[in-house]
Amino acid sequence: MSEVKVRLRNVVKEFPARRGDKPVRAVDNISLDIYDGEFFAMLGPSGCGKTTTLRMIAGFEQPSSGEILIDGEPMQGVPAYHRPVNTVFQDYALFPHMTIFQNVMFGLEMARVDKKEARDRAMSALEMVRLPHIAQRKPRELSGGQQQRVALARALVKQPSVLLLDEPLGALDLKLRREMQLELKTMQQELGITFVFVTHDQEEAMTMANRIAVMDGGHVLQVGRSDEIYETPANRFVADFIGETNFLSGQLVAHSNKSGTVRLDNETLIQALLSHQDVVDSGEVVVAIRPERIMLRAYDEVIESTDNLNIINGQVRQVYYIGTDTRYIVRIGNDIDLTVRVQNTEYQKSLAFREMQTVKVLWDTTNARILTD
Amino acid sequence: MALWLTTLRRKHNELLLSVPALLWLVIFFIAPALLIIVISVMTRGSGGNPELPFTLDHYQRTFGVFSTVLQRSVWIAFLTTFICLLVGYPLALFIRTRQNPSMRRFALFLIILPFWTNFLVRTYAWQMLLGREGIINNFMLSLGLITEPLQLLNTEFAVLLGLVYGFLPFMVLPIYASVERFDFRYVEAAQDLGANYWHTFWRVMLPMTLPGVLAGCVLVFIPAIGAFVTPDLLGGRDGFMIGNLIQSQFRGTGNLPLGAAVSVVMLSLVIVPLFAYIRSGGEK
Ligand SMILES: Nc1ncnc2c1ncn2[C@@H]1O[C@H](COP(=O)(O)OP(=O)(O)OP(=O)(O)O)[C@@H](O)[C@H]1O
Ligand SMILES: [Mg+2]
Repeated sequence: MSEVKVRLRNVVKEFPARRGDKPVRAVDNISLDIYDGEFFAMLGPSGCGKTTTLRMIAGFEQPSSGEILIDGEPMQGVPAYHRPVNTVFQDYALFPHMTIFQNVMFGLEMARVDKKEARDRAMSALEMVRLPHIAQRKPRELSGGQQQRVALARALVKQPSVLLLDEPLGALDLKLRREMQLELKTMQQELGITFVFVTHDQEEAMTMANRIAVMDGGHVLQVGRSDEIYETPANRFVADFIGETNFLSGQLVAHSNKSGTVRLDNETLIQALLSHQDVVDSGEVVVAIRPERIMLRAYDEVIESTDNLNIINGQVRQVYYIGTDTRYIVRIGNDIDLTVRVQNTEYQKSLAFREMQTVKVLWDTTNARILTD
Repeated sequence: MALWLTTLRRKHNELLLSVPALLWLVIFFIAPALLIIVISVMTRGSGGNPELPFTLDHYQRTFGVFSTVLQRSVWIAFLTTFICLLVGYPLALFIRTRQNPSMRRFALFLIILPFWTNFLVRTYAWQMLLGREGIINNFMLSLGLITEPLQLLNTEFAVLLGLVYGFLPFMVLPIYASVERFDFRYVEAAQDLGANYWHTFWRVMLPMTLPGVLAGCVLVFIPAIGAFVTPDLLGGRDGFMIGNLIQSQFRGTGNLPLGAAVSVVMLSLVIVPLFAYIRSGGEK
């Protein structure tokens, strides 16, 4: 991608202590580059500092230390109303005393855009979100989804350099949410505006974003494309937060440059890739394997063993049929259960394995990653 | 059928329940108002009491000889309201934006505190402050800021001061109630769209807190235009207002019908803003 649009350099935000409490470090030394035209998602659990980061970019909070640059310009001391960014608030914050049209016009009036041009732009913004017919209504006469779209139109009509969205779909029901996700993505691609999108929904982030920053406790743990984050999570938290993962804890007993041998708590030895060179220093590790990367075979099936294949014995404990795939809980030793997802394809429609059946559990070494605990 | 019956019964109950309120209105408001109107068109008899025949003389005098008093009253009431608004809104906003809730409660307590002392006593206190030998003049003399005592008491200024002082809480409290409910995220939304502080206030904050502002204005304007204690004690001849005029007609050997006519005029002056206020509330 091209040039950097928003740059955060060692940004820290500390809220002063309330009575009796310690000061809160909502954002702890974040550095990020967000590129021009990118759909960038900030993903993390509640309280990890997403909103605070966004508010610092918007100018509603000042960093305790560190620097924020937009289009290469330091934002230190620049008030919110002079920044080339606009925000879609989580609860939309449409002005209740104005009509929808007046709401959309507001930002243009503030920028002293010529009256006629402003009207045209406001109208086409409403057309873009497919709501020109409700221009004369008041916000309280709209549904949640409509309000959401108006909030979007109100922000986009200003043609911002960056659009900040703080969980804009949080209040919508699932179906509408899915629709809006696609709509937002399409709109972003057509307009080419940089979107910074905050969410705690990993599926949402993966559907829409070019790149994702996974956050926790005020830190950015990993930044990357969705496939990078899914396939090569930097640590246990990321692997756990993005998608479903089996974690097997054990000890690293041998390793080469790229892979290692881990002795699980039940003495089974398995091979896995090293996620990071540093993991060789720690004895206690976890191996992360995605449920859909594990295969099951009948116990008596003959399998040609290759270097990269892990084969261990297991017993099916539970079977859940969930339409597109079947989920098996397979026990591979004392108290070690693996979740396995098998897709129900044309050739494997029925439930291939029954409860209590003994099976072979297989996975490729490249699909198992050794992480620090 | 059963539904129809319950509706009927509910309607019936509603009527029944509104009887005390209606009675109250008739006894304490409509009947006295009608009485005043009738007296206002009667002739002044012996000892100032009303007599027949009917006449419009008193209205003529009200708008003739006493028009300066009328104008002054409207002007002073208007200024009082305006100054209270100018001081009251920032004050309410200041209290609202204190982080500490107990600080807010304490500030509101201070606003209501004067009510614990009789209004008359507090007005006398202003007399002592403003008089020729009063505390303010003596203080400024001792500092050498002035060489001769200023004429503070018995001026329009003193009346204005007394009224603003007395009615400020009636402005602050309703505005505070509005500002309290105001969601400051709208301020952020406005600034996000490029509005500076000035525009944020005029376009977003003021319109959304307007109910409190209107209520405050009505609550200050109405008692201010009818005030008589403050102009009596602080205004002297220069601060003579409608309230004083009415009072003087009803006391001793006054002119009851004239007093009634002035009262009716004042009542209409009060009713106009009141209706405007109710209409604006009806829209919301
Ligand atoms: N104004 C404030 N004063 C004190 N602490 C704050 C303030 N704003 C946020 N915090 C704290 O900072 C931390 C991060 O908050 P933030 O709102 O950024 O989280 P978030 O990631 O947006 O969470 P959510 O998904 O719940 O919205 C939280 O612990 C929160 O309590
Ligand atoms: Mg948040």
